[in-house]
Amino acid sequence: MSQERPDATGGERPEGDEREVRSVTNRVAIAFLLTTAAGIGLFVVYLQGGQVQLEGALLAVALGGLGYGFVLVGRRLLPQGPYTEERDRLVATPEEITAFEDDMERGSPWLARRGFLLKTLALAGGALGLAAILPIRSLGPNPGNTLKTTQWRKGSRVTDEQGNPVPVDTLDVGGVITVFPEGALEDEESQTLLIRYDEEKFQVLDGREDWVTNGYVAYSKVCTHAGCPVGLYQQDTGDLLCPCHQSTFDVNHGARPIFGPAATPLPQLPIEVDDDGYLVAQSDYTEPVGPGFWNRNR
Amino acid sequence: MMITRTVRWFDNRLGASGFARKALNKIFPDHWSFMLGEIAMYSFLLLVLTGIYLSLFYVPSEASVTYDGSYGPLKGVQVSEAFNSVMRLSFDVRAGLVMRQTHHWAALVMMAAVIAHLCRIFFTGAFRRPREINWIIGVSLLLLTLGNGFTGYSLGDDQLSGTGLRIAYSVVISIPVIGEWIAFLLFGGDFPGENVLDRFFVIHIMIIPAAIFALLGAHLAILIRHKHTQWALPGRTNDNVVGAKLWPTFAAKSLGLMFLTWGLLAGLGGLAQINPIWIWGPFEPAAVSSGSQPDWYVGWMEGALRLMPNWEIRAFGWTVPNPFWGGVLIPGLTFGLLFAWPFLEARFTHEDRMEHHVLDRPRDRPLRTALGVATLTFYLVLFIAGGNDVLAAQFDVSVNAITYTLRVLVFVLPVVTAYIAYKLCKELARRSPLPEPASTIVRRTPEGGYVDVEPPAVPVPGGR
Repeated sequence: MSQERPDATGGERPEGDEREVRSVTNRVAIAFLLTTAAGIGLFVVYLQGGQVQLEGALLAVALGGLGYGFVLVGRRLLPQGPYTEERDRLVATPEEITAFEDDMERGSPWLARRGFLLKTLALAGGALGLAAILPIRSLGPNPGNTLKTTQWRKGSRVTDEQGNPVPVDTLDVGGVITVFPEGALEDEESQTLLIRYDEEKFQVLDGREDWVTNGYVAYSKVCTHAGCPVGLYQQDTGDLLCPCHQSTFDVNHGARPIFGPAATPLPQLPIEVDDDGYLVAQSDYTEPVGPGFWNRNR
Repeated sequence: MMITRTVRWFDNRLGASGFARKALNKIFPDHWSFMLGEIAMYSFLLLVLTGIYLSLFYVPSEASVTYDGSYGPLKGVQVSEAFNSVMRLSFDVRAGLVMRQTHHWAALVMMAAVIAHLCRIFFTGAFRRPREINWIIGVSLLLLTLGNGFTGYSLGDDQLSGTGLRIAYSVVISIPVIGEWIAFLLFGGDFPGENVLDRFFVIHIMIIPAAIFALLGAHLAILIRHKHTQWALPGRTNDNVVGAKLWPTFAAKSLGLMFLTWGLLAGLGGLAQINPIWIWGPFEPAAVSSGSQPDWYVGWMEGALRLMPNWEIRAFGWTVPNPFWGGVLIPGLTFGLLFAWPFLEARFTHEDRMEHHVLDRPRDRPLRTALGVATLTFYLVLFIAGGNDVLAAQFDVSVNAITYTLRVLVFVLPVVTAYIAYKLCKELARRSPLPEPASTIVRRTPEGGYVDVEPPAVPVPGGR
C-alpha cells in the first residue's frame, strides 16, 4: 500500500517505543474517562437544580480532559514530520492574465455605444440606490430642537426623586438633592441638582441675580462633557464632580469647569418660590443642557 | 471498509476526494504564536454557541416591569423587561448563569486573542505582500469584535451598561455636522431613546456575527491560498512551507486547543463572577457611581476621554465638542493607521515589494519593533488612565495629580519604551545574527556531476 501512495501516510511508526506509546495511550484514556466522569457529574448537578460553581468546575474538567487527550494524541502519538511542501506559484503567468482579460472582454464587440450604456446604468443605479437607502430616514425623528430643550417650563414645580414638591425650607446650607420638573420624573435631560449654597462663598453671576432664591441655586445634573449625571458634591469646597471622567465644576462660581475634560459650565435653571412656598422654575434652561454637539450654539 | 464506502459514496456525488486530500495534507508550521488566532476563533465559536442559548431567554424591551424573581434585594423594584430577563437567566434559569458568564468571559478572551494575534502579525511582518488583503480583513474583524463586545455589554440595561450607552451617545453627537442625525437614527431619538435595546440586540446577534462569519471565512480561505508564513530556519525558504500536516496531527492538536480554550472559559464562567448586574442594579438616568469601568477593551477609549484637556472648537457658532477628540478622532486615527499600515511601511521603507513568506524576527526590524512598542505603550497609558479614579482610591492620591501625570506620560513613555526596544533589538540582533541564507548543499554525484540538495528540515524550537 505505502508503495503506491508514498506521500499518503506519515510513514511507519518507528520501532522500539512500544512502552512510550502504551503509557501515552493510557494517559489519553484516563483524560477521556475524566471527561466522562465530569459529564455524568454535570448531568447530576443539573438534575439537582444546578449550581454555578460546580457547573463551571465540571465543565472545565470535562472540556479540559478532552483537550488534554487530543493534544497528547497530536503531540506524542501522531507523525510529527516536519513535512515540506513547495509553494505553488501565487501569481498567474502573463499568458494566463491576458487570456483572463480576453475572456472578460468577451461581450464588448457585441455592445455598441458601451460608454453610453454604462452612463445610463450608473444613473439608474444611483437613483435606485438613493431610493433604497432613504428608508433609513425612518429610523429616527428629526433632531430639530430636541437636544436644546428639556421638560422644564415657566412655573414647573420642582419635585424630588419621589415626585414630591420641594418646599423652600427643605435643605440646610450645603445640602443637595436631585430634582425633576413635576410630571417628568426620571426624565434624563431634565435632571437637575438643587443646592443650598453657602452665602459667604457663593458669587452670583452678572445677569443671574434673579435666578437664585432663598439661598438655592439649580444646575443641570447632566455633565456637559459626556452626559453622565454629575453626582458627587463636595460640600466644603463647593465642587461638583462627575464620576465618569472626573470633570469638576465650581458651584460657587456659576458651575464653571475647573478640572477634567468638560469645557462648558453646567447650565443654570432660573428658580423662584411660588405663593405656596414651593420652589418652581422661572423658565426652561436658557441654553442646551448636556454634552455639546455641532449646532449647540446656533 | 466503512471509510472506503463512505468516501466512494460522496466522491460519486461530489467528486471531492482530490480536493479533500489536498486539504488533509495542508502544512501548518509549528510555533506557539500561531495559536493566537486559533484561540480567537475558538472563543468566537463558543460565543456563538452560548449566545444562541442566551438569545432564547433575553427580552430586548425597555418596558417597565416589577422584579419578582428569586434575588431578594431587588424584589419589588421597577426594572426594564431586558434587565428582568437577564436577572431571570442569572437566577431562575438552570445553567443560565454559567452560560451567561462563560459568554462574557469568552468575549473578553476573544478580544485579547485577536489583539495578541494582530501583534504577532505586526511584529513579524506577516502583513507584507501578498498578505495585505488579509491584514485588512483582520483589522476589520478586530473592529467588528469591538462592536459586538460593546453592543452585547449594553444589552443588560443595568446601571453600568446604561452609563456606557450615555457616553457612547455623547461621543456620537460629537461628530461634526452629522453627529446629531446619526445618534437620532441609531438610538431612535434623544437619549435614552425608544429602540436602543432591540436595535442593539439585532446588531449584536445578527448583523455583526454574520459579518464576522463572512470575513472569518475569507480570512481562512486566503490563508489556505497563501499557505502559512514561517520562521527563517534551516530548510525553510520563501518557496516552501514546513510543518505538520492538517490530518491527523494538526487536527488533533488544534481540536485539543479548542477544548482547552473552552474548558478555561467555562471554568472562568462558573468560578469567576463577571458583570453581576444585580449589584449594579437597573439603569436609572440620574444615578451613576464612581469606579464605573467599561470592559477592558474599551478602556483605552475611556482613558482618552478622561485624559483630554478641556478643549473644544467653537467657530462661526459651530461646535466641535470635547468627546470628539478621545471618542472619535483617536479611534479613527487608530483604525485608519492600522488599515493603512502595510502600505505605509512598504512606501517608507523602500523595501523590495516581493512576496514574503518568511517571517521577520522583531529584532531584525528594530524601527518597526520600536514603533510597535511605542504604540502599545501609548494605548497602555490610555488604558491605565481609564481607571484613574480606581487608582486614586487604591493608592490614596488625588485623581487630579494622576491625570496630570498621565497626560505627560502618554507622550513621554512611548518614546522611552521605543528607545529601549530599539537598543534591545540592535543588541539582540548583534548577538544572534540571522543564519546564512545559503540553504542548499552542493553534492557531487558518482557520475561526476553536481546537484543542489535541500538540507533536511528540522523541528522549530518553541514548537508546540
